[in-house]
Amino acid sequence: MLGRTASSLFWMSRYMERAENMARLTEAGFRMTLTNGEGHGEEWRSTLQSAGVMDGYVKKHGDRFATATVVDFLLFDADNPSSVRSCLSTARNNARFVRTKITRDMWEAMNSTWLSFEEVKPTEVSHPRLPEFLDWVRERTALFRGALLGTILRDDTYYFSQLGAFIERADNTARIMDVKYFILLPINQPVGGDIDTLQWEMILRAVSAHRAYRHVFDEQYRAASVAEFLILRPEMPRSLRFCYDWLSTSVEGLATHYGERSPSADVIAETRAMLRDSDMQAIFRQGLHEFLCEFVARNNQVTAALSRDYHFG
Amino acid sequence: MHQSQASSGSAVRSFDEMSGLDGNVRRPYAELAAWLDRQPKGLLKRKQQEADTIFRRLGITFSVYGEANALERLIPFDLVPRIISAAEWRHLERGIEQRVRALNAFLYDIYHRQEIIRAGRIPAELIYRNAAYQPAMIGFEPPLSIYSHIIGIDIVRIGENQFYVLEDNLRTPSGVSYMLENREAMMHLFPELFAHHRIAPVSDYPSLLRRTLAAVAPAACTGDPTIVVMTPGIYNSAFFEHSFLADQMGVELVEGQDLYIDGGYLYMRTTRGRQRVDIIYRRIDDDFLDPLTFRPDSTLGVPGLVDLYRAGRVTIVNAPGTGIADDKAIYAYMPEIIRFYTGQRPILENVPTYRCGIAEEREHVLAHLCDLVVKEVHGSGGYGMLIGPAATRREIETFRRKIEERPDNYIAQPTLALSTCPAFTSAGLAPRHVDLRPFVLVSDRVRLVPGGLTRVALKKGSLVVNSSQGGGTKDTWVLRD
Repeated sequence: MLGRTASSLFWMSRYMERAENMARLTEAGFRMTLTNGEGHGEEWRSTLQSAGVMDGYVKKHGDRFATATVVDFLLFDADNPSSVRSCLSTARNNARFVRTKITRDMWEAMNSTWLSFEEVKPTEVSHPRLPEFLDWVRERTALFRGALLGTILRDDTYYFSQLGAFIERADNTARIMDVKYFILLPINQPVGGDIDTLQWEMILRAVSAHRAYRHVFDEQYRAASVAEFLILRPEMPRSLRFCYDWLSTSVEGLATHYGERSPSADVIAETRAMLRDSDMQAIFRQGLHEFLCEFVARNNQVTAALSRDYHFG
Repeated sequence: MHQSQASSGSAVRSFDEMSGLDGNVRRPYAELAAWLDRQPKGLLKRKQQEADTIFRRLGITFSVYGEANALERLIPFDLVPRIISAAEWRHLERGIEQRVRALNAFLYDIYHRQEIIRAGRIPAELIYRNAAYQPAMIGFEPPLSIYSHIIGIDIVRIGENQFYVLEDNLRTPSGVSYMLENREAMMHLFPELFAHHRIAPVSDYPSLLRRTLAAVAPAACTGDPTIVVMTPGIYNSAFFEHSFLADQMGVELVEGQDLYIDGGYLYMRTTRGRQRVDIIYRRIDDDFLDPLTFRPDSTLGVPGLVDLYRAGRVTIVNAPGTGIADDKAIYAYMPEIIRFYTGQRPILENVPTYRCGIAEEREHVLAHLCDLVVKEVHGSGGYGMLIGPAATRREIETFRRKIEERPDNYIAQPTLALSTCPAFTSAGLAPRHVDLRPFVLVSDRVRLVPGGLTRVALKKGSLVVNSSQGGGTKDTWVLRD
């Protein structure tokens, strides 16, 4: 396989994952504005921060956070490289390059999503239609994932796509937590207050885990539990631990497939061991923010190691 | 897809391939015509929608200007097949084979001893002053002495037995993926039609292409050659075809950035290190192939590739410099070229062509501008063209001045009444003008799949079959005896 083919598979999956995450984040942010009534600014500010697109937003729209403007920026703006539109377009361009390496089901799921997306007029996705539209985006990304898991050969094509998807997911979960915890929580609000609880609920909603949380913890939202759920719990499919279990399976699968283990497998194993051996007390002692920063840096190193080992070019 | 034939059919009566000139259904179309009569109203419309969905889903689109944000468009597909009888195809096949042998012999000659110039059959300046002539190729001996391995010959029909070659495409002809996908779509949409006809299959084109390429492995290659298809990238209008062919042949699709030269050999970067490459089927133009030999600002190619090619370490298909033979100025000399290298009369006719650089021919052209089609010698895609019968007086006067200023830059041809075939239009079945591009493969032997790409001008009365100007495509059936 060409190095660039591997790279395209990796980024194709990464951007599909990001499109889904953007839709979830937007949904969570929108819900917050409905719940809070006044003072939308803060919800959207934190949503933009979680999405990692605050600088781009402020540059284009200044310091005003009207719902319609933010939603348009998050979903449709081609100048925002992480908007749902940009993600779907980048994912599809990568898929076009590997068109013949992926299955027809995957291509059709991807391509028909893009063709339908292009027909959507952003002005028509106003408040009443926004949840419906976001559901549609989630359905389409789920369709793509389903087509992938259901039809793709378990060879290097599969492994590179999984590596991309789960590095993106881990990055997304870590950033959402960091923004919420570090920026919002400590200021002015009593821990355990209404706003605090709402913030935690929003985090969980952004990763579609607010109901799962109750099943696992059977209690109201607490910072330590939410953090544990999203960092350490191996059964939570968006937790950092889960992502690294999956990355580890993928990179070891690749090693078996190629008959040769690469240094990137060690990079992944190291972070996985760190997550496995941590407990929440140790993480809080280190400082959650410091812990998450270190994690994001490690996660980026995995991408760098993979592209070095497998000649992403 | 470039190139076009255009003229106005207003005054000229066209030969219809289904009903001839007298309205009686011609034999190759008998079954189809009867079948069409039997179909309930609305069926074709439904099938047309189904076909559009198939093509769009598969992503068989082309982008109009090759820009990042250009809209991807579907080339319209017409449901009614174009049918060629076995006897007609044999004639075309013989003519095409003769022509591609002559063209390759001509290329060999002009990059070696230039006998044809010494013999005074074509003027030397036609070669030397032509930008497509590649000095890097002079004296070089390509494998099997073949220059153009993959050729598209554009053919038009104007009567029962009258076929003309409109243009030769010896650089990177496109459209073969449409030929293959159109057939797939038709078999999916109308299986019963295939049961009622004996249609020669086209599906082995990819394996013939692979054999054609493998037969011209470079001298340095021992064992099974590694073949790649080289594309300028996903924004190229024919990208779908590039990836389609690579997949169908089971070879890698590469861009220039995937290739590099080390120690006198060409390699591609793979996830498991480097792999030697022996044969490149390149779909990028000469100019972009190698910045050290051609355009220095090109980032699409591989620095040093042409040196490697000349050293017999890699084969480039088609060879650089083949464009000299499909130039419109050279086209006028094709009958002469065929006679010179084969010693035979041309089997397929050329469209009579007036060269404006020659005084008497120019006089004739200037006196008959209203009846003629005038083309720029180096133009393509239907640009820089005058269609006399359809032009305004002002357009004609503009062209008169252009021809007078740079006579060498223009040729002129009579307006041809291209044949028509029935097409499915919003008003039902109606005759529309067509051309034909069969695809020829040349290496250890000449290989030709029975059929080709039929392009159809879907606008009523139009003779412009270009996809950029409302042209579509049809499945092309060659019947077996």
